[in-house]
Amino acid sequence: MSDDNFPGDLLYTEDHEWARIEGNLATIGVTQFAVEQLGDVTQVDLPKEGELLKLRDAFGTVESVKAVSDLFAPLSGKVVKVNSPLTDSPEYVSEDPYDGGWMIQIEMSTPDEAKKLMDATAYEAFLKDQET
Amino acid sequence: MSAPTGAPRKTPLFDAHKQLGAKVIDFGGWLMPVNYPAGILEEHRATRQAVGVFDVSHMGEIHFRGSRAAEAVQRLVTNDVSKLADGRAMYTVACNPRGGIVDDLIVYRVQADHFLIVVNAANIAKDRGHFHDSVGSWCDIQDASDDTALISFQGPKAEAALQALTPAVLAALKPFQFLADTQVVGRPAWIARTGYTGEDGFEIFCATADAVPLWTALVDVAGSVGGLPVGLGARDTLRLEARLSLYGNDLDDDTTPLEAGLGWVVKFDAGDFIGKDALLAQRRDGLIRKLAGFVMIERGIPRHGYAILEQLPAGADGKVGQVTSGTVGPTVGKNIGLGYVPTTLAPPGTRFYVDCRGKPALAEVVKGPFYKRDATAINPP
Repeated sequence: MSDDNFPGDLLYTEDHEWARIEGNLATIGVTQFAVEQLGDVTQVDLPKEGELLKLRDAFGTVESVKAVSDLFAPLSGKVVKVNSPLTDSPEYVSEDPYDGGWMIQIEMSTPDEAKKLMDATAYEAFLKDQET
Repeated sequence: MSAPTGAPRKTPLFDAHKQLGAKVIDFGGWLMPVNYPAGILEEHRATRQAVGVFDVSHMGEIHFRGSRAAEAVQRLVTNDVSKLADGRAMYTVACNPRGGIVDDLIVYRVQADHFLIVVNAANIAKDRGHFHDSVGSWCDIQDASDDTALISFQGPKAEAALQALTPAVLAALKPFQFLADTQVVGRPAWIARTGYTGEDGFEIFCATADAVPLWTALVDVAGSVGGLPVGLGARDTLRLEARLSLYGNDLDDDTTPLEAGLGWVVKFDAGDFIGKDALLAQRRDGLIRKLAGFVMIERGIPRHGYAILEQLPAGADGKVGQVTSGTVGPTVGKNIGLGYVPTTLAPPGTRFYVDCRGKPALAEVVKGPFYKRDATAINPP
């Protein structure tokens, strides 16, 4: 897979979420790999602004025609923004997972947790491992 | 669904699916394409608007031959087999003595002393055992599943597209009629005007060895009219929009055809079929539950296994039923489902809640198929 699939400025989890860290804020979504596994996304359920998330909390669900998957918080913190257009246009997740398909933004409570996330190279290696 | 043992099996088209870029999953012990690169929604749309090509070679084909073949088949199934002429097929179920559904089937009458029953893939071994135990001494029963491939070709452009590949006169073939001993791309094949999508279409039986050339030709001709190969994902959304039952989800050994809304395939006058007494008793005593079709009024996609709640707050004993099938309905534009509910909640217009992973969402019972094709537009008189 090319670098386009996994941008170098993002961090990744084994559950196929990504996080873009800017100062104390982290924007969160799902990866191109997740999108390919899910197929056409038809419904996204997200938390409300102000909700507190602990690392690995299930913070929402993403549903495709064939299945429903939990979303897990890659970092702890308070939800400060939610991409509410996804309620009516869940297809943004499939079409543009790293931009229009972002899901939530949190104010990190434990920024050190980011050190445990994978960079793009490590995530691609992880995916390769999964294949074999 | 019964747990399959051993390595998953492959149809003769497995390599062809891989070449087309299919995502393959283990479905009831078979490695099957769930979708091709176009994706479930595109494949669904292609079938509704043009034609979809489906590998259903995992399904089973069991032949009944001999002077008592008709009698044997009638003992097994609830529909009236005497209504079949040569070259005609019917949908039916086979029941156990309790009236529960062993399998849902299509029975084909080839000739007076030769019937073919097509059975669900996950049930081949169970059905074969049931058939042998029940009527094995009445006629010759031969399981030809391993030697037979089955390709489904469905959609409004199916007739025109398939006609280019066969000498059979497809316009003369009515729904549930079939032609044994014809050809497709010069290979021996049977063509039946049957399907599982709510569209006009055909199912083509051929020898395992001929499956790849037939499949390739069918996928090519489908592509020339805007069609696509279609995997199990869209097969499920298509059949559910047409409100066709899926064995293992909507039907099983503990549900009866009367509960499942399949009373129209139960002909009590047809003969002494297995399960008749139990079904007569159930008809006399009345049904306690029924399979209801519903559309979601509130946001939520119903899924197999979700609880149905009569009202909110539901409380500890609030669950009154269970979703057996559910999906996004791409053509109907609604989220749709089937589920068993108390008969009091089954009439059209009744509302109840579906517990979508802790978020109850309102649903309303509707009558009949969610999607019905415009038959006059497709088959001009």
